[in-house]
Amino acid sequence: MATATAAPTATPEPESEARPNVSRDELLKYYREMLLIRRFEEKAGQLYGMGLIGGFCHLYIGQEAVVVGLEAAAEEGDKRITSYRDHGHMLACGMDAKGVMAELTGREGGYSKGKGGSMHMFSKERHFYGGHGIVAAQVPIGAGLAFADKYLNNGRVTFTYFGDGAANQGQVYESYNMAQLWSLPVVFVIENNQYAMGTSVKRSTMSRTYWERGAAYGIAGEEVDGMDVLAVKAAGERAVAHCRSGAGPYILEVKTYRYRGHSMSDPAKYRTREEVQKMKEERDPIEQVRSMLLTGSHASEDDLKAIDKEIRDIVNEAAEFSKESPEPDLTELWTDIVA
Amino acid sequence: MATNILMPALSPTMEEGTLARWLKKEGDAVKSGDILAEIETDKATMEFEAVDEGVLGRILVAEGTEGVKVNAPIAVLLADGESADAAPAGGGLGNASPEDGANLAQAPTAGTPGTGDSPTTVEKKMPNSSAEAPVPATPVSPVAQGPSGQWSAEQLSDVPAGTATKTMTVREALREAMSEEMRRDETVFLMGEEVGEYQGAYKISQGMLDEFGARRVIDTPITEHGFAGIAVGAAFGGLKPIVEFMTFNFAMQAMDHLINSAAKTLYMSGGQMGCPIVFRGPNGAAARVAAQHSQDFAAWFMQVPGLRVVMPYSASDAKGLMKTAIRDPNPVIFLENEILYGRSFEVPDLEDFTIPFGKAKVERVGQHVTLVSFGIGMTYALQAAEELAKEGIEAEVINLRSLRPMDLPTVIESVKKTNRCVTIEEGWPQGSVGSYIGSQIMQQAFDHLDAPVISLTGKDVPMPYAANLEKLALVTVPEVIEAVRHVTYR
Repeated sequence: MATATAAPTATPEPESEARPNVSRDELLKYYREMLLIRRFEEKAGQLYGMGLIGGFCHLYIGQEAVVVGLEAAAEEGDKRITSYRDHGHMLACGMDAKGVMAELTGREGGYSKGKGGSMHMFSKERHFYGGHGIVAAQVPIGAGLAFADKYLNNGRVTFTYFGDGAANQGQVYESYNMAQLWSLPVVFVIENNQYAMGTSVKRSTMSRTYWERGAAYGIAGEEVDGMDVLAVKAAGERAVAHCRSGAGPYILEVKTYRYRGHSMSDPAKYRTREEVQKMKEERDPIEQVRSMLLTGSHASEDDLKAIDKEIRDIVNEAAEFSKESPEPDLTELWTDIVA
Repeated sequence: MATNILMPALSPTMEEGTLARWLKKEGDAVKSGDILAEIETDKATMEFEAVDEGVLGRILVAEGTEGVKVNAPIAVLLADGESADAAPAGGGLGNASPEDGANLAQAPTAGTPGTGDSPTTVEKKMPNSSAEAPVPATPVSPVAQGPSGQWSAEQLSDVPAGTATKTMTVREALREAMSEEMRRDETVFLMGEEVGEYQGAYKISQGMLDEFGARRVIDTPITEHGFAGIAVGAAFGGLKPIVEFMTFNFAMQAMDHLINSAAKTLYMSGGQMGCPIVFRGPNGAAARVAAQHSQDFAAWFMQVPGLRVVMPYSASDAKGLMKTAIRDPNPVIFLENEILYGRSFEVPDLEDFTIPFGKAKVERVGQHVTLVSFGIGMTYALQAAEELAKEGIEAEVINLRSLRPMDLPTVIESVKKTNRCVTIEEGWPQGSVGSYIGSQIMQQAFDHLDAPVISLTGKDVPMPYAANLEKLALVTVPEVIEAVRHVTYR
């Protein structure tokens, strides 16, 4: 039986020091990827406000370090699956911003030809398995992807993301049980942003150290500071190594925070403005990397400005594409129902 | 006084079993609680204890005999001092009927084609069920009972005339289909509760663990929600899972994955990613297991776009449809029936026998009324047709087999000839399969109807436990006959 490793401290290290063994290129990569998610989501919020995006739209702003850090620990061919707050995961695994944005606007050029929307996108090419609208349904499915990898003995690992809300669903524990029973190579990533829709962890949950619940099944795990991309990456590497060694699943409870509401229609009455503001000012994942780049003399303000512009261009291009791409042909109503 | 020891029913649906071993021999004293024999049912091997005391006078059924009907005398228990010669040789005592005795005399597994009543044909032995005649087996080759010119050979039979057949049970047909496909395709695997070491709760997967190993025949914990989700993920990940639900009642726990995860992904992904998976297991009423374990979900599943839904009647249907289901790139709901598992039918003896989805089979040709059914409902339809023929009413009996896609053209074609239709199913009436068929007939063949379509269903109640009430809750042959008289104005 695997033993749970101790949780590292959740306190971020001083921001003023660039860490050893982190190259300039690496930091710039994380900065760029997190910034792409941030700007993309801001744009999506804007398009939603303009009525170009409808229905549910769950933004990832504030949580960028989670997917960017874990993607840095993944190898080509590894799989990922998540809930409906999925735009960041898609961008981080290399899916095209244009295709994601056009899906949000329900257009032909979207990843699902406009038939899935914000919550339901997939990319076989990038090994992204959704985009699932039912809270926690992706957890056994993710374990099943890992089941297939183990069956095919291909050495791949699946990242199965879910929130603190989903972590109270029964099927999560059914999945833990079978994943450990069958030694499935799956990293269960609990993105604990502290609010299940509008209900805080304190109001919904006994035993609030979610990762420790794996101990009941003999699953190793740890807590990670989800605002620190380097900490996330390091934890992701430990998790992936554990899975690839054949030791079975691993749990990462990533402490994060979403700046925006649960969805676009969230009145945000359940937390104070000050709480959100404090998090943005003191813990922002992008600012942390930005500061490392600058203080470590890895990049100048001008360098970063150039990156900002580059990202804005990508996002604007995606937005333009998502507006120009036509709505799906009416015949699409009747396609893709059965293969 | 000598008493007959009768073949016990050791499971709710057991209608016959194998007398595996006698643990007492003739002349042995028997006390109550002694193990008399080992009896193998369709589910397990059970020990059979003596209730009364005495001396085992005569053994009427030798050990190793298969297909011994429930309630058939298997031995004679003598009171102390009584002579074995005084004992009757089966029948005449206890509850055994002459019919049971007659069945005992036959070789239980050898089919006798042509009689329409093979020895392995089983009949529910319920109190007050004497009115029910044995269920006719599917005709081996189509026998035109009326003008049949309108039907092509294909609609009447899945294989060309003269194709060799072999007799097998629905259970064996399912096992053979799965095993053939697993030999053919390494990515096919079976998972579910008790499919491996237990050899299948209903013995469908018996022997498969031995052949395919624990990597491909996987015992799961009792967590339908979780393992259905894992199987869906495995299908997304490139495998072709067969998920056995011990019964479809438990599939309700997994409904979200069947509907939201399996059925919709192809559409939601714009055609990028589908879910090739088979969810199978017994569905519908079993026998005496009451409300939570007796219900037919055909109409529920049939409603969902993205699913394939099939419900075989015969062993031939089961074999051909299962092979098609495993190869199909879509999620397939494969609704079996516990009571049909043990019934024998002729199955084409072909290397690779498949039945396409969406193709009904005209099981019996007739011109006076169309009976449409599927799954176990076919037993009522065929039996009623047999009875009605004696009165000169020739019923055309259509076995739908797949409910989604549904072969409505065959139904409409038949109704255009007979101008009358009765549908038969065990599910509930509101939103039933039959009500859909009725509405389609009304829309597509209104001018051809000479009477309103009658949809016969199970009664609109949760299944009761009491034997008499249970019988009342299910659709019956007399109800089918009455409905036919009604639509034919006789």
